[in-house]
Amino acid sequence: MSEPSSRIWPTVLVSVVGALILTVLPLPQWLQPWRPSWIALVMIYWLIYEPRRIGLMTAWLTGLCLDTLRGVLLGQHALALTIMGFVAMQFHLRVRVFPMGQQTATVFMLVAIYEFMLFWVDGVSGEPGSDWRRWLSVLASTAVWPPVTTVLHRMRLVREPAGEV
Amino acid sequence: MRCVLLAFVSIVFMMLDFRAGHLDSIRHSLSLMLHPVRIVVDLPFVAVHWLGESIAQRRELLAENRHLQNEKLETSARLQRFDALQAENRRLRALMESSARVADRVLVSEIMAVDLDPLRHRIVINKGTVHGAYRGQPLLDANGIVGQITHASPVSSEAVLISDASHAVPVEVNRNGLRTIAVGTGDAGKLSLPFLPNNADIVIGDLLISSGLGGNFPPGYPVGSVTQVSPDPSSSFATVLARPAAALNRNREVLLVWSTTEVGSPPSEAKEIAER
Repeated sequence: MSEPSSRIWPTVLVSVVGALILTVLPLPQWLQPWRPSWIALVMIYWLIYEPRRIGLMTAWLTGLCLDTLRGVLLGQHALALTIMGFVAMQFHLRVRVFPMGQQTATVFMLVAIYEFMLFWVDGVSGEPGSDWRRWLSVLASTAVWPPVTTVLHRMRLVREPAGEV
Repeated sequence: MRCVLLAFVSIVFMMLDFRAGHLDSIRHSLSLMLHPVRIVVDLPFVAVHWLGESIAQRRELLAENRHLQNEKLETSARLQRFDALQAENRRLRALMESSARVADRVLVSEIMAVDLDPLRHRIVINKGTVHGAYRGQPLLDANGIVGQITHASPVSSEAVLISDASHAVPVEVNRNGLRTIAVGTGDAGKLSLPFLPNNADIVIGDLLISSGLGGNFPPGYPVGSVTQVSPDPSSSFATVLARPAAALNRNREVLLVWSTTEVGSPPSEAKEIAER
């Protein structure tokens, strides 16, 4: 672990930009509600595995970028990611050693918190047009968590051959 | 501690942003920074379009060319009459000392293949403030009004479609000038006219045009045609639905309009415009 902080940032940046691209990638109409919250998953991953280098500030700034990209109230995703990130960081030591099934269940809970914060802000700001379909993305996010961790493990550990998980 | 602080800042941001305008500079710089993301997402679609164009057969191109030529001939024939009518209209308006309508300036802009929220009808276009776009600017397509810009960033803008559930257009019935408001329903093929009384003079097939009363949309552009009128005896308003004239979820190009209509401008200025 000699000067790892200089090496982790490019990986984080690549994963965040990748998640942003996936977030706005056009999908067929019927598939749109099933779009996972990619940014939330990537943030959960980094907060669990690199909590000393990736903190809430990163989550907050990423949230602001997501707000701008999706054209919603500035601060909405930032708030949701901060709250979710805070909860994730409380449990990060335990979640890290959970078996995949248990970890996925935790991620389900975290994404549900994230989605609920978005729902709540939408409700307070009087944004119409949200129905039960928005909760489908929580299920979709949970379903893609195992592959996402695999990919991010690869990206992270290829730079750190010592590889403590 | 940090969590509380960041959450607080987020809430302050949202409050400042809610009535739009206070945080536009932050939004614009972030938007400019994120523009490459939009370009990357849009790239495959542009490439497919370009590829389709460049490998199209000569025969197809010729056929398309002939079709366009014919269409141009037809439209220019119609335009000749329109020119005369416009001149006459301008003269009459000058006689009446009312404000003149000057031809609107338009700019073609492309919709970027970027998905925002599936439940909201928002689009991103590839023209921004450097091209002169501004917040509230109307968007048209070949058939009618598409929507208006909600955030104008330097090189791209976000727009809301008229079918968004939070959007409303002031309209009038072309046949008799009955004024009302067309509200989006969240369905790209449906607009609702919720404020018409049961005995209102409106029938299926009536053309709705923008009335220009809100000040945002230029008057006289088609908005939709009425598809359903069902008086509801149990309430004071009838259920009236309309189909948008513009191809809201099908087109790739939209027109940005700079409306030069001066609503309520002083007569001297209006005359000056009229004489031009």
